[in-house]
Amino acid sequence: MSDLTPPASASLPHYVNAAHFDPRTIEELTPAQERIYLASQWQLMWWKFKRHKVAVWCGVFLIWLYLVAIFAEFLAPYNLDARHIEKIYHPPQGIHLFSKDGFEGPFVYGSDYRLNMDNLKREYTVNEDRVHALRFFCKGEPYRMWGFIPGERRLFCAPEGEHVFLFGTDRLGRDMLSRIIYGARISLTIGLIGVAISFSLGIVIGGLAGYYGGVVDLVVQRIIEVLQSIPSIPLWLALAAIMPVTWSPLLVYFAITVILGLLDWTGLARAVRSKLLALREEDYVLAAQLMGADTSRIIGRHLVPGFISHLIASATISIPTMILGETALSFLGLGLRAPVTSWGVLLTEAQNINVVALYPWLMLPVLPVILVILAYNFLGDGLRDAADPYK
Amino acid sequence: MDTLSDPDKADALKQAGTKDAGTNGNLLSVRDLRVSFDLQGQPLEVVKGASFRIRPGTVTALVGESGSGKSVISQCIMGILPKNGSITAGSIAFADPAKDGPVTDIAALLQSSEEMRKIRGGRISIIFQEPMTSLSAVHTIGNQVSEALILHKGVHGREAREQTEAMLKRVGFPDPHRAFDMYPFELSGGLRQRAMIAMALICGPALLIADEPSTALDVTVQAQVLGLLKDLQAEFGMAMLLITHDLGVVSNMADEVVVIYHGEIMEAGPVEDIFRDPQHEYLKALLAAVPHFDMQPGERLVSLRAAGSRPAPAEPAKTPAKTKDSGGAPPILSVQNIVKTFTIKKGSWFGGSEDQSVHAVDDVSFDIARGECLGLVGESGCGKTTVSKIITRAVTPDQGAVLLDSGDGKGQVDLTRLHSAQLKQIRSGIQMIFQDPFGSLNPRMTVLEILREPLAIHGIGDRAAQVTRVTELMKQVGLDPRFASRYPHSFSGGQRQRIGIARALALNPKLIICDEPVSALDVSVQAQILNLLKDLQSELELTYLFISHNLAVVDYMADRIAVMWKGRLVEVAKRSTLFRNPRHPYTQALLDAVPYPDLDRPLDFETIRARFGTETAMWHDVFRPQYEDGTPAQMAFVEVEPDHRVLVRAGAELSEVA
Repeated sequence: MSDLTPPASASLPHYVNAAHFDPRTIEELTPAQERIYLASQWQLMWWKFKRHKVAVWCGVFLIWLYLVAIFAEFLAPYNLDARHIEKIYHPPQGIHLFSKDGFEGPFVYGSDYRLNMDNLKREYTVNEDRVHALRFFCKGEPYRMWGFIPGERRLFCAPEGEHVFLFGTDRLGRDMLSRIIYGARISLTIGLIGVAISFSLGIVIGGLAGYYGGVVDLVVQRIIEVLQSIPSIPLWLALAAIMPVTWSPLLVYFAITVILGLLDWTGLARAVRSKLLALREEDYVLAAQLMGADTSRIIGRHLVPGFISHLIASATISIPTMILGETALSFLGLGLRAPVTSWGVLLTEAQNINVVALYPWLMLPVLPVILVILAYNFLGDGLRDAADPYK
Repeated sequence: MDTLSDPDKADALKQAGTKDAGTNGNLLSVRDLRVSFDLQGQPLEVVKGASFRIRPGTVTALVGESGSGKSVISQCIMGILPKNGSITAGSIAFADPAKDGPVTDIAALLQSSEEMRKIRGGRISIIFQEPMTSLSAVHTIGNQVSEALILHKGVHGREAREQTEAMLKRVGFPDPHRAFDMYPFELSGGLRQRAMIAMALICGPALLIADEPSTALDVTVQAQVLGLLKDLQAEFGMAMLLITHDLGVVSNMADEVVVIYHGEIMEAGPVEDIFRDPQHEYLKALLAAVPHFDMQPGERLVSLRAAGSRPAPAEPAKTPAKTKDSGGAPPILSVQNIVKTFTIKKGSWFGGSEDQSVHAVDDVSFDIARGECLGLVGESGCGKTTVSKIITRAVTPDQGAVLLDSGDGKGQVDLTRLHSAQLKQIRSGIQMIFQDPFGSLNPRMTVLEILREPLAIHGIGDRAAQVTRVTELMKQVGLDPRFASRYPHSFSGGQRQRIGIARALALNPKLIICDEPVSALDVSVQAQILNLLKDLQSELELTYLFISHNLAVVDYMADRIAVMWKGRLVEVAKRSTLFRNPRHPYTQALLDAVPYPDLDRPLDFETIRARFGTETAMWHDVFRPQYEDGTPAQMAFVEVEPDHRVLVRAGAELSEVA
């Protein structure tokens, strides 16, 4: 190829590539391109999402958590309200495999109880002579799966007459682990229902503002600005205060989700509006108009599919806000109340600094809250990156 | 940059580079360059052993279609290759004449290295295609132009400003002192491109890479920018690498030409050899695909790749020139005195706002006869797109009427007075082909869904019948019906444009508005689409309104041509007349600015330069729409010869127009 780069003093010779020429090679696709080009939008998004490893693992983790919430009765060693009066404020027990006699399989040590008469603290000491081997798929307390299927099999339980408290117990001697597992049901679903509400509100209101523009847009924008300018906690407080105390816990649960949803739609509505404004200018929308498509068809067939993936991503990112909101409200005693159990409700036990100092395991419900929120954020991040596969 | 981040490999490359990286006095010598991109984990080689050289002080043109790898080569030279791309072999030897010393192998440098940063912007700079997006919107022109000066030359403050203003003056800013503090949005596209050029040249680079520098510009602005680049190149004695797909630009600018196709060099040589004695099949095909003004009636462009396997065109029942007997049959479309004014609100911070109105379309009237193709020519902002939107009723005019005769015996209907229900029916008779083959197809629908949609909206046939019709449409535009389940992103620009055409045909329209249908396409594809449109016109007896800024394309397609300038038609004539005997100075300026891929018809840069910034000052009085004091003149059409009308001041003598 040296004839293509002659010295500057020499003029460029007329070079002609002698190889066979096929004008279509540039249009031919390699198998890799072929695969990409034949894929639908969702396939492309999935491929792009898969490359975001952290997001994928967070997604898997969240799926596990939801499975745990669904099968709470089976996974929790005790029932929600099972009390162990003689084991109040029992500290968490570790799972061991080897005792001083060698391999035992998974077991916990039993403990001796003593009330410290100086400070009235309940003190439990590990007794290494008492090895309680865990049983699996054992018969425990009877329960009703999802409230109607009777059962008594549990994933694991302590030997007959003994106890296992992996996360310790609270002031009534209730197993923290079981309560956290049951609490996941409320805490994990409240976000989903709240987001569903804010999602519908956001799409409808943002959609109207974006598609019609003008006065509608102006009014919606101002409402959003007003709503966003109100500090959220006092507003929650006010709304929560409206709920009559006589309401059943279930009704309160729904009321709380509605409150959270009602206050969270503003961000989504803005996202929808701006996306609509951008997509409305696309040529293919004009083409549809020229074909005679009506407004509902244009919105439904051309605009919504264009931004739905973005919306899913934004919704995923707003679920943590909901979960935090519920936790905060319940912690303050304004949201859910016992006997309904959520992570926020569990944390009300940890309001007293004395209790936390003496029995720090009462703070453990914070752990799932943090993990779930982080997982949702990473997942949402990955989804957002994958949301526009045509970039 | 996988290879280069690996130190061993980079070293090896560097050694290999220094061994034969001598440039033999050339400024830049690219040898056996290979570049690969990572596509979802699979390597895709886009440059396959390209070699060429750039002599100091000369212009080398790198010509190729989109996807040929020409822009990737420029990115390699600038060290701005995207993250998923890497140079796998070869060298880019750069001998900086200012340093007169060692030759640098750019291919072996890390993109982020100190050395590369010194070269980039300081010794080699680049101007991009898109003047709208390549300037930052939040910094002033002066700020952006002087940035390179501050970074590379360490010049600051008053001195930097002086040098910047001098450079702005040199690239043609009439008032550089004011321009220094202006923001990009205050400037026209042409001036922005000039600002880009100033930015690239402020450090006096040894090599300027111009990546499609004039493609996004109007034809008159393009000619000016090309003229400016040529002047500056000679004045600064720098070399230029011109990357373009436009052979007309190449023949006017280049000293040496390298033709690249699919990452490989097909033909290279001095510009004389390339244009007077093209050898390679590919280059010959490219030259044959460019429409030119000397084409005989009925002569067809030769497309590099014919549009798939179309059914053989039915015996060309070439519509007899209906323009003549248009007196008898009513025109299919009659646009009468339409006016559209857009109001721009200029609000100040404290309430008081003044409205400024812009006449986008100002008293435009024309007829289109059945079976005719009317070309509408004008530069961006002249109102031609607004006209097309008024005809399709995407925009409602302030005044005037658009009369459509659907040919169903109901006579003419005024589109501007229809309500949405009636409009839906009428609209199926007028369809549109869009400029941007990427934006005009919904990326989330398959071809089948896209083509079926118009049928579904109008409830034509059941599902099976619609699918049959889609297959028929795809065959009609030369697409393999098996592609129906693919998504638009799997098609090339030309194929997408054909999908757009098929969609426009779905409802059997009588009138199709083609809004710059080929301006986003490569020359080779352009010929294919133009031929397809021509064939369809005669087969289906369609009527076209063909909007374009490319005069040669309009000349190829249209029977009659209307030239539009600042919202008004200024000259309307039959195709053969207009280009042979242009009367309006604007039409003349347009024609003068077209670059021909022909060494014997170079652009007259002298005249073009003289016209820059003069607007209408050089025009004869009768053509000027305003009196000296700025009051608008009464304008009227005068017929200079049969079917040839020119806009002049009312009452002007015919003799004055000649």
